Amino acid sequence: MHKILEKRQLSYDKERDQSVYYFKVEAPEIARNRKAGQFIIFQIDEDYGERIPLTIADANPEEGWIAIVFQTVGATTRSFSQKFNVGDNIPVLVGPLGKPTHIEKKDGLVVCVGGGIGIAPLHPIVEANHRIGNKVVTIIGARTKELLFFEDEMRKASDELIVVTDDGSYGRKAVVTAPLTEICEKEKVSEIVSIGPAIMMKFCVAAARPFNVPITTSLNTIMIDGTGMCGCCRVSVGGKTKFVCVDGPEFNGYEVDFDNMMQRMTAFKDKEREADHKCRIGLDAGKAGA
Amino acid sequence: MSEHKTTEMLQEEAAKLFAEIEAKKSAGTKLTPKDRTAIPVQEMPSQEPTVRAHNMSEVALGYTETQARVEAERCIQCGAAPCKKGCPVGVPIPEFIKHIQDGDFKGAVDTIKQTNLLPAICGRVCPQEKQCQSFCTVGKMLKTTEKAVAIGRLERFVADWERANDKITVPTPAAETGKKVAVIGSGPAGLTVAADIRRAGHSVTVFEAFQKTGGVMVYGIPEFRLPKAIVAKEVENLKKMGVEFKTSFLVGRTATLDQLLTEGGYDAAFIGTGAGLPKFMHIEGENLIGVFSANEYLTRSNLMKAYDREHAATPLYDAKKVAVFGGGNVAMDGARTALRLGAEKVYCVYRRTRAEMPARIEEVAHAFEEGVDFHFLENPTRFIGDEKGKLIGVELLTYELGEPDESGRRKPVAVPGTEHVLDIDAAVIALGNDSNPLMAQTTEGLNVTKWGNIIVDENQKTSIPRVWAGGDIVLGAATVILAMGEGRRAAASMNEYLAGK
Ligand SMILES: Cc1cc2nc3c(=O)[nH]c(=O)nc-3n(C[C@H](O)[C@H](O)[C@H](O)COP(=O)(O)OP(=O)(O)OC[C@H]3O[C@@H](n4cnc5c(N)ncnc54)[C@H](O)[C@@H]3O)c2cc1C
Ligand SMILES: Cc1cc2nc3c(=O)[nH]c(=O)nc-3n(C[C@H](O)[C@H](O)[C@H](O)COP(=O)(O)OP(=O)(O)OC[C@H]3O[C@@H](n4cnc5c(N)ncnc54)[C@H](O)[C@@H]3O)c2cc1C
Ligand code: SF4
Ligand code: FES
Repeated sequence: MHKILEKRQLSYDKERDQSVYYFKVEAPEIARNRKAGQFIIFQIDEDYGERIPLTIADANPEEGWIAIVFQTVGATTRSFSQKFNVGDNIPVLVGPLGKPTHIEKKDGLVVCVGGGIGIAPLHPIVEANHRIGNKVVTIIGARTKELLFFEDEMRKASDELIVVTDDGSYGRKAVVTAPLTEICEKEKVSEIVSIGPAIMMKFCVAAARPFNVPITTSLNTIMIDGTGMCGCCRVSVGGKTKFVCVDGPEFNGYEVDFDNMMQRMTAFKDKEREADHKCRIGLDAGKAGA
Repeated sequence: MSEHKTTEMLQEEAAKLFAEIEAKKSAGTKLTPKDRTAIPVQEMPSQEPTVRAHNMSEVALGYTETQARVEAERCIQCGAAPCKKGCPVGVPIPEFIKHIQDGDFKGAVDTIKQTNLLPAICGRVCPQEKQCQSFCTVGKMLKTTEKAVAIGRLERFVADWERANDKITVPTPAAETGKKVAVIGSGPAGLTVAADIRRAGHSVTVFEAFQKTGGVMVYGIPEFRLPKAIVAKEVENLKKMGVEFKTSFLVGRTATLDQLLTEGGYDAAFIGTGAGLPKFMHIEGENLIGVFSANEYLTRSNLMKAYDREHAATPLYDAKKVAVFGGGNVAMDGARTALRLGAEKVYCVYRRTRAEMPARIEEVAHAFEEGVDFHFLENPTRFIGDEKGKLIGVELLTYELGEPDESGRRKPVAVPGTEHVLDIDAAVIALGNDSNPLMAQTTEGLNVTKWGNIIVDENQKTSIPRVWAGGDIVLGAATVILAMGEGRRAAASMNEYLAGK
């Protein structure tokens, strides 16, 4: 059983009516084996629920829990945040899935770039790099101040933390690629890790290219099984079809066809909007008709 | 196409025949082989094609008791029983049919279960026309397999009868031995191993990646062909025997096989993880929106119940014109699911002809009846999308049959310059599956072929001590009955090993 041990709202985006939540969940087996970069898939209903992938943002093998941080973008994440409270059980939870991040000692700087909800999955990677003694500069960005979270956690795990917002309401007024480019100009960067909306990762790749710095991106395609069985998470990487759930989620940013990936992620957009609408007006799409 | 007969019509015909047979029997005359072969094959009652193409309920309704009794009388108990040799698990076919002739249905099903643990499932999904029925003497006498004794339908009848009448006897396991076995994957191979090993008194834990047990039988084969309640019943029986199921547990990730064998304290393990890696064609446009693997398409519908639009949270892709590529069971399931999900036009594109289709003939016939539009001797060259990356068509090339290839089937060869476009808004690629590489990737020393199939010896033993494997992960995409057969062989070897330990 996967009992919810702690639930916190980390931020609220008034403009889009979206929140970011932190859930700490009992999952001893997953906590024991998980490594940075891996994710879980959960369902809020065993029969009818959608399968939602979320990165493991933190874990404690001794205490047997994992933490997930998610944005309420659609019907499922929204009803999860509304209907599930401390003490409740998550009916379906499987993991850790995907390949762990490859972390090794680097001579130069490791720059970690997180945008929006991407800050959550970036956190364990920053920590892991820090732990093995890499010099880490972390850039986190969001549209506006209210959407930022994990600032303290990130600061603790990084040698330097740069905070940017699109509207300048907090930290520097810039998009994440601005400080990224400046660092690449000034210092020897060994690796960039970029996690965030596809469009942000695409631009980070463009920013890195002139400096020829290796860049790792973490893809968040639509998934079903998460075990390599259905192929719905496929992306084109270096001209070859790869499955994000088993070959990824991290790939060499230079090789990812972000345009195709962004298109594929809109496949069910109309449907999702419909479901989310129902959800917001109180007709929970996941359990309607009960 | 012959006219659709309702169950009532078929029952009436059967009743007449049965009365004649009984009259003869009570007059003391024995039925001669000639009398028996003169009895017409009993047709399977089914839902009306135009109705069933729009619902998810089972298509084939099963014999009535009278039909089963009549069909059983067609078996001449030929002595040589070639049918039995055609069965991968050697079901005692004439013996079980004899029980039906005597009206002893429980006796019949128990006889089948001596070698086949899942008769309700196999009766529905086995390719009988290629196995038992293709060898049947009656079929040979009447010069067509179509007129062989309908062994599969009889098997299904007695298994359904047993379930409907609550007559299932759950075997009592032998005394606890204290030994522990891990079974990885809950498809037919895994379930069979679990049953046989538990019976010997060992404790068994089945690990399954999904939240539901049954493997392809739940996420691949649709409800209208194999009701999920039947699979659930088999699992329930295993639970009654004391088999433990751990769902949402992906071996290799949640814990590695090595961890199970060491820290987990399991004495032996069986890998039955299936062939879950969808094949793609690697042609232009394959990643357009609207192109699906059959696994995705069917999983959305079956496992996530997306066809139940009112309750399901998993969305379906709305498509009016759907093309399915392939000619096997997976393709038939994809095409017939598309109809049921509301497509107005469903094409099935196959590069050979109907005669070469690997699907069960009953499924092909059903697909035709339901209105699937077959495009034989055609193969796609590229998918065409609009400016938003949405599929709008497929370019096809016409083929003709050339010389036989190594499999003996005539090889399709492209006719140059015959490219033409078919307008579609969804494509379902049903070319089968390769082996899922996860177990091999996460288990050191596990030998696999270059296609990723686990290499085993004649007892299903792998290259790792204490580990056996079977089913699709060994055979490549095969069948339920072959997976079960491998499971039985593995379990026998595992039981022997555990007894000697
Ligand atoms: C490996 C992996 C790790 C992830 N980790 C996290 C995480 O740590 N935290 C987190 O908040 N999210 C994460 N995601 C994204 C998360 O899975 C989606 O936000 C979620 O599936 C949306 O579900 P929903 O039903 O609430 O929304 P839906 O109703 O499915 O979608 C709502 C809207 O979001 C869009 N959308 C759908 N799927 C995605 C997606 N994968 N990414 C972005 N937009 C999407 C839809 O087009 C739609 O407009 C991850 C995804 C992957 C593949
Ligand atoms: C659409 C479709 C239609 C078919 N129709 C027919 C038919 O009509 N007749 C017929 O005889 N055959 C048919 N088949 C083939 C048949 O279903 C398979 O041959 C059979 O199911 C194989 O059984 P299995 O036990 O080897 O594996 P599977 O049934 O594939 O089961 C494997 C199970 O293992 C689980 N698993 C995989 N990896 C792991 C892991 N690492 N940890 C834990 N669990 C794991 C999977 O989730 C799955 O549940 C069809 C197949 C498909 C896809
Ligand atoms: S081969 Fe046909 S006739 Fe002979 S025993 Fe088998 S089913 Fe009966
Ligand atoms: S989610 Fe199904 S293959 Fe990746």
